[in-house]
Amino acid sequence: MKYAALLTNDADAVAAWEQMTPGEAQAARAVEVPKWEALYGELGPSGMLGFSVELDSPTTAKTVRVRDGETTVTDGPFAETKEQIGGVMVLECEDLDTAIGIAVKIPVALTASVELRPIVGS
Amino acid sequence: MQYLAMIYGDTTQWESLSAEEREEVYATYNAFSEGAQKAGVLVDGAELDSTSTATTVRVRDNETLVTDGPYAELKEALGGYFVLECDSIDAACEWAAKIPGATQGAIEVRPIHVDPSANGGGAS
Amino acid sequence: MSSIELTFREGWGRAVATLTRVLGDLTLAEDAVQDAFTIALERWPRDGPPDRPSAWIIATARNRAIDRLRRERTFARKAELLARLEALPTEEEDVSSIPDDRLALVFMCCHPALAAEGRVALTLREVAGLTTTEIAHAFLVSEPAMAQRLVRAKRKIRAAGIPFRVPPDHMLPERMQSVLAVLYLVFNEGYSASGGAEHVRADLCEEAIRLAKLLALLMPDEPEALGLLALMLLQDGRREARRGPNGELVLLDEQDRARWNQARIAEGTRVLEPALSRRAAGPYQLQAAIAALHSQAPRPDDTDWAQIAALYGELARRQASPVVELNRAVAVAMADGPAAGLALLDRIELDGYHLLHAARADLLRRLERTGEAAAEYRAALRLEMNAAERAFLERRLSQLA
Repeated sequence: MKYAALLTNDADAVAAWEQMTPGEAQAARAVEVPKWEALYGELGPSGMLGFSVELDSPTTAKTVRVRDGETTVTDGPFAETKEQIGGVMVLECEDLDTAIGIAVKIPVALTASVELRPIVGS
Repeated sequence: MQYLAMIYGDTTQWESLSAEEREEVYATYNAFSEGAQKAGVLVDGAELDSTSTATTVRVRDNETLVTDGPYAELKEALGGYFVLECDSIDAACEWAAKIPGATQGAIEVRPIHVDPSANGGGAS
Repeated sequence: MSSIELTFREGWGRAVATLTRVLGDLTLAEDAVQDAFTIALERWPRDGPPDRPSAWIIATARNRAIDRLRRERTFARKAELLARLEALPTEEEDVSSIPDDRLALVFMCCHPALAAEGRVALTLREVAGLTTTEIAHAFLVSEPAMAQRLVRAKRKIRAAGIPFRVPPDHMLPERMQSVLAVLYLVFNEGYSASGGAEHVRADLCEEAIRLAKLLALLMPDEPEALGLLALMLLQDGRREARRGPNGELVLLDEQDRARWNQARIAEGTRVLEPALSRRAAGPYQLQAAIAALHSQAPRPDDTDWAQIAALYGELARRQASPVVELNRAVAVAMADGPAAGLALLDRIELDGYHLLHAARADLLRRLERTGEAAAEYRAALRLEMNAAERAFLERRLSQLA
């Protein structure tokens, strides 16, 4: 089974990150990095981790619509939800319980959510 | 630089299509993928199953909370994504406009994070 | 339920479980077992049931599954599945030696990734063998709506890769919670629900007890499984005394204890003992112990309220909730007087909960603070509640005047 793990961040937390100076942001990241390294260290050898990306803040997003041949590009994410997607990880594993076992180790699971969505055609 | 193009659309509409109609939609997506591939822009992509197959996982106070459904209920849900390699976000948006889903729903284009200290970075 | 119906139900769960394990798909398994049941419905009333009904159903379902698969022209795993089906024993003696796969079925149907209403419907359909119609009636939902719940749940199992197995040890405690909650929900629907015919509600309690017995049988080392069964038996023992002649709610202290089912109560007490001796107390065991204390009192005045209050304290430590705190306050009021209980009630923060107002009203009434009591009854009556509760509170209010 292949799942797209959609990693979210709480919108308030994102806003707080935005307020930080580059120095503060660097320091905050430095705290998070070991947790991610531990996760990748464990997942890598398992062969269960596929494609994986971290996204820039939702404020850097642009939303594109095409209606009647006309393209409109607006600043900002598609939806202003309380939790916003901050990353995607593709997991290849036996079943949902295995995927859940990985999801609970993803740092954002503690502060926001990890949505496990099956990938079609896998 | 790499960008994630997230395809948002009304999935109830998709579910009401016949097998033939779906084949037609897939054909338009294949056409997009081929074009993007030829231009050296396509890095990756995936179609996601409907939100009725989603499961959300949270950990609070050392307790694992597993619930049925997506992390948020939206009228137009995330149905898939493409990873595009482009020179700028504007260029990525031009490609996003060619994704078939752009005419029904919307495509959110987000830069993929690059660590200032890393060499290149992007999808791993 | 007739013995032939009972046999059916038993056989259904076992067959669905085994076929699901072999075929790796719940829907394929259900289709095969449904075929077998159709044949049974024709033959058994005519020829009498076979010596080993469960074995017969599994063997017949196996053969039907083979027939169905052979008719499929293209099916990805056809060869593999046919081989697995053919490996299932056909002789009835051998079939009886097939392990009981129902525990895996229970955990799959109760998986937390399924919508709560789907878990309940699926467990009753696949493990207990109730028909969609029966489940719809039990939950006062239309048949198409209930059918839709089942379809959705089965689709999710397949699409999301929910596994058919008993969870590994490290996941077992939390997954057990899900199973126990589903079973207790079924019981409560029968025990506390306001709508629906009495016999439907009684059947639902029986079904829940049957499922709890199955769980206790399959997980003999789990004290909470025993605790849940004990709780159900002890509560069910009082079920008939809870309703007055007009269907009105009769509270514990006013129930005719001669109408209590002593056999059920004895059974519940018997089940609880080995669980408690394991000294691994949990919420269901604690609730069962409280129910046992109530059920062991020949008259309301004989109730050991101090012990009950202490048990609610234990429960609050594990499962802090305003409802538990409320029950504890009521017990303390009985043990130490209404003023003590009122002091605890005042600490509970819960808006819009009619039982909190009702409890406060009752204690104020006992303290002869009639004006305040009336105000609390009125506050309660402004909130949502079922007809039996409303009638009860209106009666209490009128008795104050």
